[in-house]
Amino acid sequence: MNGLLLLIPIALCLGLLGLGAFFWSVQGGQYEDMDGAALRILVEDEADRSRMQP
Amino acid sequence: MNVMTRLAPDTALIERDFAVPDIRCAGCISKLEQGLVRDARIRSARVNFTEKRVHLAHTADAEMPDLLGAFTSLGFEAHPIGEGPKDVDGEAATSKELVRAVAVSGFAMMNIMLLSVSVWSGATGVTRDLFHWLSALIALPTIAYAGRPFFRSAWRALKHGHTNMDVPISIGVTLATALSLYETATHGAHAYFDSAVMLLFFLLCGRWLDSVMRDRARGGVTALLRNMGTGAMVVGPDGSTHWTDATALQPGMVMLVAAGERLAADGVIVQGSTRIDLSLLTGESAPQEAALDDVVHAGTLNIDAPVRVRVTAAGTDTAIADIARLMGEASQGKSRYVRIADRAARLYAPAVHGLALTAFAGWMVAGAGWHEALLIAVAVLIITCPCALGLAVPAAQIVAAGALMKRGVLIKDGSALERMAEIDRALIDKTGTLTLGRPVASNLAEIAAEHRPVLLALAQMSRHPLSAALTRDLTAQGVHAAQIDEVQETPGFGVAALWQGQPVTLGRPQGPEAGSELASELSIDGHPVALVRFADALRPDTVEAITALRAEGVDAMILSGDRTEAVAPVARTLGLTAMTGLSPQDKLAAIARSSGAGHKVLMIGDGLNDGPALAAGHASMAPGSASDVGKNASDCIFMGDRLMPVVDTIRMARRTQAIVRQNFALAIGYNVIAVPLAFAGLVTPLVAAIAMSGSSLIVVGNALRLKGSLK
Repeated sequence: MNGLLLLIPIALCLGLLGLGAFFWSVQGGQYEDMDGAALRILVEDEADRSRMQP
Repeated sequence: MNVMTRLAPDTALIERDFAVPDIRCAGCISKLEQGLVRDARIRSARVNFTEKRVHLAHTADAEMPDLLGAFTSLGFEAHPIGEGPKDVDGEAATSKELVRAVAVSGFAMMNIMLLSVSVWSGATGVTRDLFHWLSALIALPTIAYAGRPFFRSAWRALKHGHTNMDVPISIGVTLATALSLYETATHGAHAYFDSAVMLLFFLLCGRWLDSVMRDRARGGVTALLRNMGTGAMVVGPDGSTHWTDATALQPGMVMLVAAGERLAADGVIVQGSTRIDLSLLTGESAPQEAALDDVVHAGTLNIDAPVRVRVTAAGTDTAIADIARLMGEASQGKSRYVRIADRAARLYAPAVHGLALTAFAGWMVAGAGWHEALLIAVAVLIITCPCALGLAVPAAQIVAAGALMKRGVLIKDGSALERMAEIDRALIDKTGTLTLGRPVASNLAEIAAEHRPVLLALAQMSRHPLSAALTRDLTAQGVHAAQIDEVQETPGFGVAALWQGQPVTLGRPQGPEAGSELASELSIDGHPVALVRFADALRPDTVEAITALRAEGVDAMILSGDRTEAVAPVARTLGLTAMTGLSPQDKLAAIARSSGAGHKVLMIGDGLNDGPALAAGHASMAPGSASDVGKNASDCIFMGDRLMPVVDTIRMARRTQAIVRQNFALAIGYNVIAVPLAFAGLVTPLVAAIAMSGSSLIVVGNALRLKGSLK
């Protein structure tokens, strides 16, 4: 029982953390260009990365 | 945003979206993003590959032609995207809202299930109560948050005095939660929190798929819209010219319309003479001569020479506005179409409520307490709740739409697929639909091989539409351009240059054979040596596609605004009956006649003149080269030069409909087994959870079979 009191909140917090991360990534528009994201790995590093930010 | 303010602290930046249909690979992304910012006025460029868009932030001194020029210099054609009407149905849940609700309910479902499994595997007493309370703690906020799309829609339906699928869902979820809370408080054995949340999760998945499909198609369509004649070069009183947006054009202004440019407003020619391509407006394939004082219309293409046009009507006053009014009336029939899921819900919702009520009444009569009777009624509600039914339609439709998109067909929404499946007659426009809608050199084989490189070299130097067509056709044959010097283009006449020391020209035929037909003549040293004729060619697989249509039981017919002489050869080649010389009203009437005779009509067309007919057809398709009006009015858009995608779409739509029916049968079959169990009071939360997830997975698996079915 004592173990549960510790483990259950931990499990819930970890889950909430994941949910929060997902919300954050949706908010940041990370899923708006899925095909593009897959291709960007092939793009050479830009000379000036700061200009590429939206 | 921070980055931008740091880069340009003193100037206000303008943000604009451009559709760039030619983004195809990773190379294009880096080329555009790195190439565009080399222009100092463009501060940032971001490519959205999925939607084939580029988002630019630029300083105020960069005008539209400069921006388009920046794209052109990189080898891309870009079209500005205006601020279109955002969402028609403001109350409908957006994809973003739905994906959040899916995430929340998924998170809650997993955690509650974690606790429920412990209860099912034998937790008792205080532990069980604790777990139930924890479940309630997770479930209540989740249902309040993730259930909103359903509660909202159910409330709206009830307010208007009818019912939909969301009413039994809302009642089921709310009752189950309330009862579980009561059970928890009274140390009961069963709580249905997991079922309620799982139900929401699966249903939200269905809704989300549906909205993703609509978004994706909407993105694709906006990228295709050419916003033709989106502006014009206006000649000021002092003779200087500047770019003016179509919305800012006023009657009385004088526009300078270059060869190969579309008109942005109706007007009268005040200087110059040319030929005008009316095919998008009337379906007429032969270009019209237009000289001083002739009236020209917005949306038509100037072929030959630059002209000055005094604007007589702009914006909503143009001839197009008339067509828009007709379209508004024509599309009303379509909005009455009821989607298959809603039709099912009309039968299903009363049945579900009836069953639950019967169960409650039956157990009360049989002598059970109100508590036990209510528990069983809720079990019936949960088990019959259309979990699999909610997924049955969207899962199949999104798989079908994905497969069709790979084939170059964009489906605007699920209802389009449903209507497409019912088609038994196709009415097809000629110009631009059966044909390519652009001139193709028809007698290249007759041209001597030694003249071809010269032809290509000259054609490449000109922006004239015929030259562009010639360049494309010759390049496709693998011809390499000859070396020419001192190139000079005279608008309205042609291109002249020096080739191996001899003067060569490519231009309008001067001889007696020069009629109104489209042709270019190559002269070497003043002597005409080759005459290239142009005609609007049939799409390469038209015959094959019409045959396949017949095999599908769809009879086709041509509905053209062109003259009989122009339509007859096409009709003869394809063995189709044709109606010719039709106005937009005539086309609309032809559709109404067919519909009146009980046919489900598929309208395929591209022009402005097809707009009302496209809106009136039971379903409609337009080629990617269609006018904006045509693309907006149709349900599906097919890309490329082939006509076969039309048949693919009909086949796919029919297969999808078959899968949807199977899914319904599966979902109902599952209910037939599960409902008696629920009636008998044998359904515990464990049984409900297994049954619901099982049936949903089966339905999704069945839908996935569509993926490979177009091979």
